[in-house]
Amino acid sequence: MTVGLPQYLVVSGVLLALGLFTIVTRKNAVAILMGVELVLNAGLLNLVAFSRFGGGLDGQVFALFGIVLAAAEAVVALAIVLQVVRAQRSVDASKASDLKE
Amino acid sequence: MHEAAPVLQEFPLLFLVPLLPLIGAVWNGVMGKTMQRRFGHAAIHLPAILLPAGSFVISLWAFLTLADAPHGTSMYNHLWTWLPVGTLQAEAAFLMDRLSGVMALVVTFVGTLIHVYSTGYMKDEPAYWRFFAYLNLFMFAMLTLVLGDNFLLMFVGWEGVGLCSYLLISFWWRDREKAVAGMKAFVVNRIGDLGFSLGVFLLFWGLLTTPASPAPAKAHGEFRHAPAAAQEAPEATLATSIAFREVEQILEDPVKRDRIVNRDILGVGLMTLVCLLLFVGATGKSAQIPLYVWLPDAMAGPTPVSALIHAATMVTAGVYMVARLHFLFTLSPVAMTVVATVGALTALFAATIGLFQYDIKKVLAYSTVSQLGFMFVAVGVGAYWVAIFHLMTHAFFKACLFLGSGSVIMGCHHEQDMRKMGGLRKLMPITAVTYFISCAAIAGFPFFSGFFSKDEILWKAFDSGNMLLPGGGVILWAVTAIAALGTSFYMFRSYYMTFSGEYRGAAAAHGHDASAVAHDPHGVAYDSAHGAVHGAPPADPHGHDSHGHHGAHLPVESPAAMTGVLAVLGGLALVGGYVGLPLLWGLPNAFEAWLEPIFAGTAERVTSAGFGHGAEWGLMGFSIIVAFGGFFAARVLYKDGRSPIPARLLASPSPLVQATHRTIFNKYYVDELYGVVFVKGSLVLSRGLAIWDTRVIDGAVNLAGTIGRGFGFLQGAIDRLFVDGMVELVAKVVEAAGAKIRRIQTGHIQAYVQGLALGALALVALAYLLAW
Amino acid sequence: MTDPVVSAMVFYALATFTLVAAGFVALSNNIVHSAFALFATLFGMAGLYAFLSADLLAIVQMLVYVGGISVLVLFAVMLTSGLDDSRHSNSTTRLAGGIAVLLAVAAAAFVAASAVPSGTESAITPMTALIGDALLGRFVLPFEVVSVVLLAALLGGVTLARGVKGGDR
Repeated sequence: MTVGLPQYLVVSGVLLALGLFTIVTRKNAVAILMGVELVLNAGLLNLVAFSRFGGGLDGQVFALFGIVLAAAEAVVALAIVLQVVRAQRSVDASKASDLKE
Repeated sequence: MHEAAPVLQEFPLLFLVPLLPLIGAVWNGVMGKTMQRRFGHAAIHLPAILLPAGSFVISLWAFLTLADAPHGTSMYNHLWTWLPVGTLQAEAAFLMDRLSGVMALVVTFVGTLIHVYSTGYMKDEPAYWRFFAYLNLFMFAMLTLVLGDNFLLMFVGWEGVGLCSYLLISFWWRDREKAVAGMKAFVVNRIGDLGFSLGVFLLFWGLLTTPASPAPAKAHGEFRHAPAAAQEAPEATLATSIAFREVEQILEDPVKRDRIVNRDILGVGLMTLVCLLLFVGATGKSAQIPLYVWLPDAMAGPTPVSALIHAATMVTAGVYMVARLHFLFTLSPVAMTVVATVGALTALFAATIGLFQYDIKKVLAYSTVSQLGFMFVAVGVGAYWVAIFHLMTHAFFKACLFLGSGSVIMGCHHEQDMRKMGGLRKLMPITAVTYFISCAAIAGFPFFSGFFSKDEILWKAFDSGNMLLPGGGVILWAVTAIAALGTSFYMFRSYYMTFSGEYRGAAAAHGHDASAVAHDPHGVAYDSAHGAVHGAPPADPHGHDSHGHHGAHLPVESPAAMTGVLAVLGGLALVGGYVGLPLLWGLPNAFEAWLEPIFAGTAERVTSAGFGHGAEWGLMGFSIIVAFGGFFAARVLYKDGRSPIPARLLASPSPLVQATHRTIFNKYYVDELYGVVFVKGSLVLSRGLAIWDTRVIDGAVNLAGTIGRGFGFLQGAIDRLFVDGMVELVAKVVEAAGAKIRRIQTGHIQAYVQGLALGALALVALAYLLAW
Repeated sequence: MTDPVVSAMVFYALATFTLVAAGFVALSNNIVHSAFALFATLFGMAGLYAFLSADLLAIVQMLVYVGGISVLVLFAVMLTSGLDDSRHSNSTTRLAGGIAVLLAVAAAAFVAASAVPSGTESAITPMTALIGDALLGRFVLPFEVVSVVLLAALLGGVTLARGVKGGDR
């Protein structure tokens, strides 16, 4: 019952799956962004886990960069969502489909 | 004194010397327009002046450190290994030895002054920021050229200054003539640059393929990569380095030197070919025969640019390059003779053209070409330190002359024709005094800076034992002495036409028609002469600045930013020569002693013809006579515009006089000749090729075509029936599929994400299956 | 960790907490609940980092994600959800596709993870000083670039949120 790399990878994989599920199935644009955060966290967990199990320092450094970039992403994405809501009076992401065929 | 290896002393700030102006260029290039709108001109020129000034301070610091260090030391700053390609190691490294130190000081000092001057001269210019961005960029390129530690970095600077020159000549690009002048400079420079790069390639190839030992070369395997390993004994080939000092070190070894000197390519010595190709580059950049034609046209740029780029710094790059590569040029007596001969011919040729120009900037342009010729004479006879000495004094007095002309042009409401000036000594006293001092310096009046450098060139030419010409250096001397006489004459002619007598521009300011100047005796004379010569107005382009404002009021002295710079440069034109006093007088020659270690390695190959001190005294006296002769002739003929002789001479009906004047006035028709030979020539060539094309090649093609058509008809039948049917089937399928598939493009991001995730998984699964 | 059993129990507790919270994020029909579940998920992640002896990262996770991003998300929720009834504020669409993705990815994760060797934990050392050295040494360029990115994001966020001048409002 030792905890090794595979266990972390499974946790991270399930987190990724849940994040993707959120992105695909939610109507609310803010919820989609939450899904994105989950996906990002899954990736960061991978980095840290590999760093712990023999990968050295680099994984943690890049996880740090990842967190910073995620913060930047969140700011810009939420600002965009606010603008979209302002423009079409709805948070429904499926209504923002002006780019369709 | 032969140091086995020049000592490199780390000077970590050296990279800032080129970098600071680059920062200024980027800042003003990117932010300048906004800054100018928000904060006015000061926001532009403060950084643009302070950054090159910072370069100057750092250069000075490095220079003083260098002066303290023992002989043979160089300031060195290695940044990174730029191009480690195979056996070629190109470093991004800057090197300041005694030669490049002098150059860097001259460039940063004169450059900074000219930036200051420009704040006055360009103050009405809407694109002020663009001008300073270009000027700073030029400083960066020039300093890279000067301080670069290897051929490649030098080439970067070499191309960079060419680019900036082009940008600044066509600064007022809305004026078609100026844009064309810029293009001309660019194209002509490109010819030279091609020569330069071919020379570098050939040199590198030669070093790479010359076996260093008589035994057959080993397999390419153990090429050294670190510069420190330079003294390692036998290698497979001579070198794989492109750093100046390493190549020089290799060539100091007599065995290796002989190996490469004895190589031939198509019956021409390898070294001769390398040097001649490099010299082609120098003729392009430094405006020598046959590539000098761009420089007079380059006067279309703003006057500070003419002073900085086309007089003081960039055009001397060729001289600097030859001096830098003295260890190559001294290996080839043929190349040295060619350099000196071309220099002397250019000096004379340009001096004669200068005699009859009326555009004040054109006079100075031809004078620059001529003075550069003097410098090439000096490097050609192996008197490198003299060339650099003259380069420095020339930078001072020629920059002062150009800036003085700029001051005059601005005072006269953007008039460049000297016939419409006159009498400015009273109106613009500072400009007049500095202009006179600089004229005296360039003419070689005793105790002015130009006297020391020019006199030394004449003496070295006379005394040279390296020339392959019959009569040795004496012919060179004679040619350059005549050029010096011409120089003195036309410089003082420009002075007297501009500054003495009465102001002739007021009438012209009312209107530019010929009748306005007709009541002036000169006007009549020149105009009738031109009427006879061209049947058209004077050919020299009046480079009216785009913001000309013509009023009837008299010229006034320029603002303090301009006159202050003029005073500084004028002072240096006066005293700048005292660092290089002639040894003949028993005085210490600091300049020669300073540069001696640089050129010591090749000094033994520069020989003297053995004329004694007596001859040198004699020549010096002769130089003084020449300088004053030109001066008095100009004074008699042009002072106050009273003498009728020039007018009468030009009006003379003698066909000989007319023909001579016409030829020289039109610059020996070289531009026209080039137009016919190269421009028309390539057109004719292309037309000939077109005929060949239509007759011969097209005929063959048509024959093949006819045969092909027979087959084609046959194939066409098959095509229509079978192939087309299949193609159309495919098209139909695609169309039908597209009509269905385009529904996928829903615009729903989530649907895309879904597809993306499943697709990525499919790929993973595929990879998994394939690996399994 | 001294005792493997205790350590495993702690890990599984943390992992379960995190994943359950993440499931709430994914499945809740109320966006406010989702937001708080995200908060919990991120908190659990911080615990996992700490368990991986990435102490600095755990703290940064708390500060940036828990303290910053999730508050930001909550703000966004509050600013936008006033438009609808909050109970149906997070309704579901294309559920079939979502389930397909969920199952496929999770399956792939299990398959892939099972093929990975267990690996040996490296010795626990204080990492913060080392990471600091790395950021200002080997990774100084990315470090500086990230600072520029942050600045750009800051400006971009402000510009976007302020809206286009003269646009609809």
